Amino acid sequence: MSTKIIKQGIADSIQDAGRFGYQHLGINPNGVMDSIAAQTANILVGNIIHDAVIELHFPASAFLFQQQSIIAISGADFTAMINNVIIPINMPVIVQKNGVLRFSKIKEGARAYLAIRKGFNISQWLHSYSTNTKANAGGHLGRYLHKYDELQLNDTSNYSTLLNNHDCIILNWKADIKDLYLQNHTIRMIKGNEYDRLNESSKKILASSSFVISTQSDRMGYRMKGEKLILNNVQQLISTAVTKGTIQLLPDGQMIILMADHQTTGGYPRIGHVISTDISSLAQYPFNTAIHFTFIEQHEAEDLFFKQYQYLQQLQNACTFRLQEYLLQHGID
Amino acid sequence: MNIYAIGDNALTISFSNIIDEKINKQVLSLFDLLTQQKIIGVKDIIPSYSSLSVVYDMIEIKKQHHRPFNFIKQQIEQLIKDYPVPFENNYRIITIPVCYDTSFALDIIELAEQKNISVDELIHLYTKKTYRVYMIGFLPGFAYMGKVDERLATPRRKSPRINIAAGSVGIAGEQTGIYPLASPGGWNIIGRTPIKMFDAKKEQPAFLQAGDEVQFIPISLEEFNQQLL
Repeated sequence: MSTKIIKQGIADSIQDAGRFGYQHLGINPNGVMDSIAAQTANILVGNIIHDAVIELHFPASAFLFQQQSIIAISGADFTAMINNVIIPINMPVIVQKNGVLRFSKIKEGARAYLAIRKGFNISQWLHSYSTNTKANAGGHLGRYLHKYDELQLNDTSNYSTLLNNHDCIILNWKADIKDLYLQNHTIRMIKGNEYDRLNESSKKILASSSFVISTQSDRMGYRMKGEKLILNNVQQLISTAVTKGTIQLLPDGQMIILMADHQTTGGYPRIGHVISTDISSLAQYPFNTAIHFTFIEQHEAEDLFFKQYQYLQQLQNACTFRLQEYLLQHGID
Repeated sequence: MNIYAIGDNALTISFSNIIDEKINKQVLSLFDLLTQQKIIGVKDIIPSYSSLSVVYDMIEIKKQHHRPFNFIKQQIEQLIKDYPVPFENNYRIITIPVCYDTSFALDIIELAEQKNISVDELIHLYTKKTYRVYMIGFLPGFAYMGKVDERLATPRRKSPRINIAAGSVGIAGEQTGIYPLASPGGWNIIGRTPIKMFDAKKEQPAFLQAGDEVQFIPISLEEFNQQLL
């Protein structure tokens, strides 16, 4: 059985934690932009945390569920509705067969993640479900989702006793992940290898000015608009590997932050690297959001990420227990 | 040699900042060594011209009670101590047919004129030597090869093309490369190969890998059409 796309979104794709182990062949990792939200959606439906999800941008796809399913949405709040009922983010929802999931209005955020219990019946490409639109591989046919696409689902459970003829049932527990996102729009980074090439006034600008996420930003990278940064040393660099979160200084003095679809290599000066913990926050800022930057140490970045991981582990333990208990009470495994 | 972070979950071992065969051999020796070692938490090992980068899983390493950056750095430093690089790499010799017909070779006439040589001389200069694949990057399967005869070296086009066909062979500076997929690009296009340089359906999707030696074989338009799969 399956879910069918009955309205096409602008850039919706299947993603997981990314495709690693192939960057030496130039195959970029892809993967979700906001990993906190993707993991949370999976946690709420009882999946393993890095299972495939659908990453949605607004205007998002609409889905016809051709079978009963348990779903969860996390990340951006696009005012999701099952038929005419608004459903909240960060809570599991049981959807009736022939229920239609639509997203009507942006309330907050830039990317929503849809997880479905037991996941999609699709095959991996090079050990990952992530869509690689450059190689036209991975995900669903290696591309963004189109109208009339049907995604096969693994779940064969019957939730009739729970649904009781309702269009949907919102289960009464919520994943509280607000504290995992930045509240002050100050992105933390560690210094890049070419940071010291910045002249003194540029270093001050970087640490004190605000920069705006330009409309030319996408899954490949966020282009920032702000005061020009100037290098003392303009010696050309030879191409070398780059990572998600790398902040490159372009020849025009503006920064680009590499995101999930970044190329594997690049040759622009690297003035900093956004810490892994803050990538999810960045991924949820819409165009024209003003942000600040602040530097922290490598070991602090490591500790922060471990803390985030532990929080998500605890969340998973709690949610898995709730869902299992609830389903068992009703004789579903 | 110098090791620096390129994020909180990756580091680069830099041997220098030049394009040099000897240094690239050091890089690829260390790549082979690290690939065999299977250090805990390592997710990706990415060679480039003169450096090697390692992407790692912070959590896997933290679970073993190590500081991720320090742990990976120490592991690599120890390895380099135990196994001085470079050692002799086993490289493959790969022949790639290329058609220089002007219908594909968008910049060949201009380049020949600029360099004051005939198109035939240009093809001769280009095909008389083999090229080392220094690294793969930019696009899936895009091989950066070098170095071309200095008489052929030429900067990237001022305005990049919006769409370059898959298989297009180009020159940028002293480098040469083949676009594995249709893509925007600024390299000077001198020919096209019928070979699929990237095939997602194959277990080894990239036709070339770093360390390969490539020999280009000129083919006619007819042969190109026959060999096109």
